[in-house]
Amino acid sequence: MNRTLLAPALRSALDTGSDRFVANRDDMLEQLAVIDGLLDDANAGGGQKALDRLRSRGKMPIRERIQNVLDPDTPFLEISPLAAYNSDYTIGGGMVAGIGIIAGTECVIMGNDPTVLAGALTPYASKKWMRAIEIARDNRIPYVSFVESAGGDLRIKPGGGDTERVPGGMQVDHFAQTGRFFYELIELSKLRIPTVCVVFGNSTAGGAYQPGLSDYNIVIKEQSKVFLAGPPLVKMATGEISDDETLGGAEMHAEVSGLGEYLAEDEMDALRMCREVVSHLNWTKDDAEPRFDIEEPVSDPEELLGIVSRDLRTPVDVRDVIARVVDGSRFEEFKPRYGSSMICGWASIHGYPVGVLGNNGVIYPDSAQKAAHFIQLCNQIDVPLLFLQNITGFMVGKDFERDGIIKKGSQLINAMSNSTVPHLTVIIGSSYGAGTYGMSGRAFGNRFTFLWPTAKIAVMGPKQIAGVMSEVRRGQAARKGLEFDEAEDAELVAMVEAIQEKGSLALAATGAISDDGIIDPRDTRDVLGICLSVVRNRAIEGAAGYGVFRL
Amino acid sequence: MSSILVANRGEIARRVFRTARGMGLRCIAVYTEPDTNAPFVTDADEAVFLETSYLDGDAIIAAAKLTGATILHPGYGFLSENADFAAAVTASGIAWAGPSPEVIATMGDKIRAKDAAVAAGVPILPSALDESGADEVGYPLLVKAAAGGGGKGMRVVMTAADLDKSVAAAKREALNGFGDERVFLERYIPRSRHIEIQILGDNHGNLVHLGERECSIQRRHQKIIEEAPSPVINEYQRAAMGDAALRLASAIEYSSAGTVEFLVDDATSDFFFLEVNTRLQVEHPVTEEVTGVDLVREQIRVALGQPLSVSQADIVVTGHSIEARLYAEDPANNFLPAIGTLDVLRLSEQPEVRWESGVIEGSIVSVNFDPMLAKIIATAPTRAEAAQRLALALERMQLGGVTTNRSFLAATLRHEAFLAGDTTTDFIERHAPAVPAIDLEWAARIGAMWIQSANQRRAKVLRPLRSGWRNARTPPQLVRFRLVGTTDEIDVSYQSQRDGSFVVDGSSSARVFGASDDYIDLVIDGRRLYAGVVQVGDALYVQLPAGTVALEVLPRFTIPGTTAVDGGFIAPMPGVVLDVRVAVGDKVTAGQTLVILEAMKMEHHMNAQADGVVAEVRVAAGEQVDNGALLLILEDDNE
Repeated sequence: MNRTLLAPALRSALDTGSDRFVANRDDMLEQLAVIDGLLDDANAGGGQKALDRLRSRGKMPIRERIQNVLDPDTPFLEISPLAAYNSDYTIGGGMVAGIGIIAGTECVIMGNDPTVLAGALTPYASKKWMRAIEIARDNRIPYVSFVESAGGDLRIKPGGGDTERVPGGMQVDHFAQTGRFFYELIELSKLRIPTVCVVFGNSTAGGAYQPGLSDYNIVIKEQSKVFLAGPPLVKMATGEISDDETLGGAEMHAEVSGLGEYLAEDEMDALRMCREVVSHLNWTKDDAEPRFDIEEPVSDPEELLGIVSRDLRTPVDVRDVIARVVDGSRFEEFKPRYGSSMICGWASIHGYPVGVLGNNGVIYPDSAQKAAHFIQLCNQIDVPLLFLQNITGFMVGKDFERDGIIKKGSQLINAMSNSTVPHLTVIIGSSYGAGTYGMSGRAFGNRFTFLWPTAKIAVMGPKQIAGVMSEVRRGQAARKGLEFDEAEDAELVAMVEAIQEKGSLALAATGAISDDGIIDPRDTRDVLGICLSVVRNRAIEGAAGYGVFRL
Repeated sequence: MSSILVANRGEIARRVFRTARGMGLRCIAVYTEPDTNAPFVTDADEAVFLETSYLDGDAIIAAAKLTGATILHPGYGFLSENADFAAAVTASGIAWAGPSPEVIATMGDKIRAKDAAVAAGVPILPSALDESGADEVGYPLLVKAAAGGGGKGMRVVMTAADLDKSVAAAKREALNGFGDERVFLERYIPRSRHIEIQILGDNHGNLVHLGERECSIQRRHQKIIEEAPSPVINEYQRAAMGDAALRLASAIEYSSAGTVEFLVDDATSDFFFLEVNTRLQVEHPVTEEVTGVDLVREQIRVALGQPLSVSQADIVVTGHSIEARLYAEDPANNFLPAIGTLDVLRLSEQPEVRWESGVIEGSIVSVNFDPMLAKIIATAPTRAEAAQRLALALERMQLGGVTTNRSFLAATLRHEAFLAGDTTTDFIERHAPAVPAIDLEWAARIGAMWIQSANQRRAKVLRPLRSGWRNARTPPQLVRFRLVGTTDEIDVSYQSQRDGSFVVDGSSSARVFGASDDYIDLVIDGRRLYAGVVQVGDALYVQLPAGTVALEVLPRFTIPGTTAVDGGFIAPMPGVVLDVRVAVGDKVTAGQTLVILEAMKMEHHMNAQADGVVAEVRVAAGEQVDNGALLLILEDDNE
């Protein structure tokens, strides 16, 4: 029997007829059109030629493989589809990862895109892969991999690590520290999270350990090839002349080596077997069904398009966003008259209870304490937290330092960091500096992070960075008794601002896989609903140890 | 307490129960093994199992005694016209709901029946025992073998000049065919109607007729559409035929319900006595509908010694009633009987029709009994309205699992020649009503939308999300169908949109307003439909305004080794292999008979569709095979 959240619906005062709303919406639609185009690019993978070649071999593109393994008509949440945006690599990074439902079980599905560098592991693919494993581990959901990879991208610099050399000659990683995925893959198994591997093509050298370290392997006749070294390397190493099928063909692995548990006739057959394997996993969620009545929001989610302005100058009442995301727009606000730049309260999304924290301005000492208090309350009752970030940072200045902004801000970071209920973060606008951290940024172990197209993430606002740097230059000049070149400074300020602005954009962040993807604001409710369902594959247990500190 | 045993099965048992219950009688059924779960058995207050068959009179009388039945109703067919059985029932002290054994015996003998008709002044088809009587018979005439049947030894003679030659030829054929060269002559009626008069009599000397029924629409010499009154009989003819029927009935002291059948010459309107059916007819409901007389009630009253409740003056024919017999058969394949499970059988609430059926949803239609599934009777003030109403009721009925003549019946009822009353016995041959094409693509799209709704309803996780939610790109959802009974595949692809609508097959737009296990309410490209949809196993039955479309939902995945064998020869129905005419290695040519299968009491020749070589033979003569069993495998001749 579902429970009913008794809080009344928020009454959103958003003026949807205002010029500002209309302009914001037009801007948002323009940005979404760009993202749509990029999603098409990612879908095209390595291009038509590579796709045709794949088809000519009777193979399916990676997204078709995924489509065919999913339960029909169920959702699929792709993670970081625009990875490698604005890089030298194909957008998407040569890998598709996401969360989908197989045989009624939420699974992480990751697969190499064989049309991109024959599935070779680019730095972006590696990072996405790590993220896929992390999602499986943190949320305790089965891990399904569709492997078809030429192995490491050997074009990377000699002795190379996973990432490219930073211009200027700095190299902060090296092959010596790579290979963590071997550890993490087998760790999943140890954590009682089944790993299912379907080998669709080559899986060579390091790649061979993907099936090697998986719990279940499905190999495809005359298609899967798994070996530590292919015929050329074997010839180089020992002089032995061999061929693919003898060295690592599917039949050999199914009948002789025992690496493959299941021998499939073709790709569809392999996907059928994959579904069968997942169906026997005996997977149960701790909380399969939503707990609260599911109601569509009273305020129209379509209006989320016009709330945030592209330049982030329009003030946003985060309650206007909450009203368009949560069930029935119902929101029970916590301490509405205290620390009012931090909006806290209880709601449900697709029936799942959630404690919401959203910014209505910078964080003051009292708003930091209010948030810390609220996080403790949610931990006490095992309710996941949703952070809606639109934050320029913690308030600075004499009065606030005296009021203990560091101490009280740290209380927030302490409560947030030690919170053990799942955290979901959606960055709808600015996300700057310590504000990013205090509102459960990516580095704080939150389960999922999504961006609206209007998100900007940086150490501080572009204007502020440029301004601070200008002030520093002005001070240096003064100390040295040099004349300060205002014109040159203005040029430098403009340049820094432009670079910083570009680097802070949502697309830049998502290209670097520092989040789980940019979402259409209208999808916020559904994306969070999926995440709130996924996190329930692991028991939700709030932090214990002390009672709730009334801060 | 009075109780009635119906020595029959199926719809007629249920029909009798309905009236009997209304009269306060306890209802008893008898049944055999294949009918164990039949509705008429579960409908009964009590039922007795018959080890043997519905023809086992002793067992039935024992059942009546066991249950204390006071009346026995024989229904139609089986023992209904068996004089010995009627006598045995009566001798057991059980009231027999039928005419006396003597009447049954007399009317069961064609010659005695004809003699009785002649004696009563009822016209019979002129006939003669040799050529000398030809002029009295009149031309055109038919030369028939006395021992004959099946058209052998039969000749139509148009003029006297051809008589001798035709008689000689017929004799030759008769001698060859039956070893008996005797022939006789009979008036030949090129175009005729089958019209019958319903009579009722009691044991108090009352005798009435209830007007005529026309039953001319026939296939394979069996009626499929019957109506009352006839579209061509006027008051005078009705009175004349009614009088003739009553003269005969009176002469033989007929009691209970009976039918006097006539052949009516379409050209001259002359009528000729054929026979008397000494029982309730399948098509009796149309008479009941237009006269308001419950024939079963009168039969029971008469059996109990009561007088008829109506006199001739009470009987007024009002409006028009038409009955269609729904058969499990394939009109596209010479009306061959069909079998299977009635996966879906749902009558629409409107238009209102009378429904007489022995089956329900889930019933198995087997080779054991007559393949009639139901009778649907529509009654309206005019004939045209009754025909259209019946056609619409047939079309709106959700029906699937077994091939039926439903669409053929509807097409016949809507045919302009039918509506014009041009209903002679050769109607189907002459007019060949064409079943209109049904919009299969529409049906498939509705089916696909229903499947996605069902998938969503059954989802164990994330059910509240819209169907097939995506934040990035994947190929669209795909549902693949095969039109049942064909190899035609229809694919439907679709993708849900943020507003909850669907893009279907790339360009169409659909929206679902509601759906459950048995319907979907949706709009596709502006056409909104509340369609019945039922899934049974892989079969999906989609109800369109023009009828039910049966689609097989093709699986996404095929388990290796379960696909059809190339060149495989499959049994189209369950049956017994009578003969395998080829062996491995034989070269065969297209059209050559490979296997003969006996099914539905008929021989089916399984012929090669193309030239080839027999690679494997999987069956042998005498073997029982299931529907879809692989009989043999043909390979291309590579030489």
